[in-house]
Amino acid sequence: MMLHVSPTAATTGIAKGEVLLNVENVSLRFGGVKAISDVSFDIVKGEVRAIIGPNGAGKTSMLNCINGFYFPQEGHITYKGVRRQKVRPHEAASSGIARTFQNVALFKGMTTLDNIMTGRTLKMNVGLFWQLLRHGPAMREEIEHRRKVEDIIDFLEIQAIRKIPVGKLPYGLQKRVELGRALAMEPELLLLDEPMAGMNLEEKEDMCRFILDVNQTFGTTIALIEHDMGVVMDLSDRVVVLEYGRKIADGTPDVVKADQKVIDAYLGVAH
Amino acid sequence: MSAVTSSALRPLLSPALMATLKGLGILAAIALAIVLLVHSGAMPKGSIGHKVLAAPFIDMWDLPDLLVQTLWEGLVAGVLYALIALGFVLIFKASGVFNFAQGIMVVFSALTLVGSYEIMTQRMGLPPGTVVAILALMIAIATMFVLAWLVERIVLRPLVNQNEIIMLMATVGLTYFLIGFGEYIFGGNPKVMITAQLGLPVGQTQFNILGGRVNIQHLDVAAAVIASIMIAGLAFFFQYTRIGRALRAVADSHKAALSVGISLNQIWVIVWFTAGVVALVTGIMWGARSDVSFALEIIALKALPVLILGGFTSVPGAIVGGLIIGIGEKMGEGYWGPLFGGGIETWLAYVIALGFLLFRPQGLFGEKIIERI
Ligand SMILES: Nc1ncnc2c1ncn2[C@@H]1O[C@H](COP(=O)(O)OP(=O)(O)O)[C@@H](O)[C@H]1O
Ligand SMILES: [Mg+2]
Repeated sequence: MMLHVSPTAATTGIAKGEVLLNVENVSLRFGGVKAISDVSFDIVKGEVRAIIGPNGAGKTSMLNCINGFYFPQEGHITYKGVRRQKVRPHEAASSGIARTFQNVALFKGMTTLDNIMTGRTLKMNVGLFWQLLRHGPAMREEIEHRRKVEDIIDFLEIQAIRKIPVGKLPYGLQKRVELGRALAMEPELLLLDEPMAGMNLEEKEDMCRFILDVNQTFGTTIALIEHDMGVVMDLSDRVVVLEYGRKIADGTPDVVKADQKVIDAYLGVAH
Repeated sequence: MSAVTSSALRPLLSPALMATLKGLGILAAIALAIVLLVHSGAMPKGSIGHKVLAAPFIDMWDLPDLLVQTLWEGLVAGVLYALIALGFVLIFKASGVFNFAQGIMVVFSALTLVGSYEIMTQRMGLPPGTVVAILALMIAIATMFVLAWLVERIVLRPLVNQNEIIMLMATVGLTYFLIGFGEYIFGGNPKVMITAQLGLPVGQTQFNILGGRVNIQHLDVAAAVIASIMIAGLAFFFQYTRIGRALRAVADSHKAALSVGISLNQIWVIVWFTAGVVALVTGIMWGARSDVSFALEIIALKALPVLILGGFTSVPGAIVGGLIIGIGEKMGEGYWGPLFGGGIETWLAYVIALGFLLFRPQGLFGEKIIERI
């Protein structure tokens, strides 16, 4: 399957294997709750980076810091060589960070097609005047972006549900549409929060295949939160392990799997 | 075989249609019961039952021209209620703010229009007429844009994520600000809408039909037509443009909208501006039927029963709810009002809405909210 969505590697100065995102000593508190305590790790261009840990370890909070939903009280996040003090979500989006959510956040009343089209928002810039006329530049733009969206729909094998409001779809398909919306942004860094949670085995296998395809075909860097250790071992290049907001291990799947702290804290509990 | 039939029928027998059919069935049964009661002599003429249940319908039947006149007036009032409710729904959907100021925005925008026309013609000596009226219209539209921008900057942005009640109080504050500011700039005296100068039709046509006369104000026709065009235009804008799509997205999920790079701040300005333009159109139409003054704000109170009826988040609900309240009110006043000594128009809308609330708490088109526990 050939996708016309342009590989994003060409658009930045960061080469494969260089640090794309660097998290330095980040701490995040909610009142008295310490969600993240002094965590540092990096994500390298082109890799699949897994973030694992028990429930409440601070994994989702970490993604929220990266895409600007939360502002950490301490520490810094450097993205593409720029150290950001406070980034707002739409700034993160326009700098090439896309994400999906743990509990699926779709536009329920809108069709699959429209949901994925919203992923093109930042790439479309024809003014309101032409949009209202639906003519000339606005029509050309709509058609051009529609083509890319159709490519993504083909890639994710969801042609049959293009015109169905997503609120009516089963959960597994909703997760796929949500991935489609993120892909429509042609992201450099794709954040996936438990993309396989609540799926059956077949759906999980499909989703794994899509994630690997995205990473390998377009070189998109992926940060992935996942509970299924088998999936993590198969998909990821490197793994960072959080527990109670602290980092307890960081390395290749094999190294992390053998780490005694991880076995005690995480594997021992979940398996 | 039966599986095929039932799946083929399902789209036809949607829940809404079923509910409508059920409602019509109940109405027909009630009508039949009344006819039987009257004919059997159980409800003699002059009895209270006859006055409430039979006489009004007999009047409708006997004087169809009056019925048409009443329905038409109800329809026109309903269109204007629908517009006020529409502005309200737009803001509520996109920002979750219960905009107490929507009614005042109607008055404020109309006052800006008439007031700036007055200033230009009387103090600056420009020639009265269409050109200056159009200029005043543009000033009013620009003012609504500035207002939307300021509301986003000063009210919404600092208060984002605050409790709903705090946002409501902020719009109460906005209401009093607009009243004070409007009176300070344009004075407190009622003003006359510049209807003819704006090119809107005045005068009326009498139709001799149904054995009587029906009076149609040209302005009312214009109001209905302009409102319909505006609603169709908004529907088109929401459905087919990028910004319309973004607006629908924000209404569905703030965090998902943020994650694809939609700027909530920009959307809020657009939504408040749109609601402001809707308010301006409503204000022109309403002001043309009476005067432009802050006394008009009471019509805004009519938006509440419309919203209860239509559901706070439904655009079709606002429109249908507005029509039901408008027509119900005029019919009630015309046919049942005398029983109460008249003047029931002021509270009937609330009674209709309350009665409705008993059967469908989520409103006509609102989604059923089932709290997860
Ligand atoms: N918006 C919030 N307000 C208050 N506490 C929060 C918020 N978001 C997360 N937390 C807390 O931070 C901790 C980490 O949560 P989270 O990042 O969701 O964990 P994980 O995704 O690893 O399961 C939990 O104790 C959670 O209750
Ligand atoms: Mg989580």
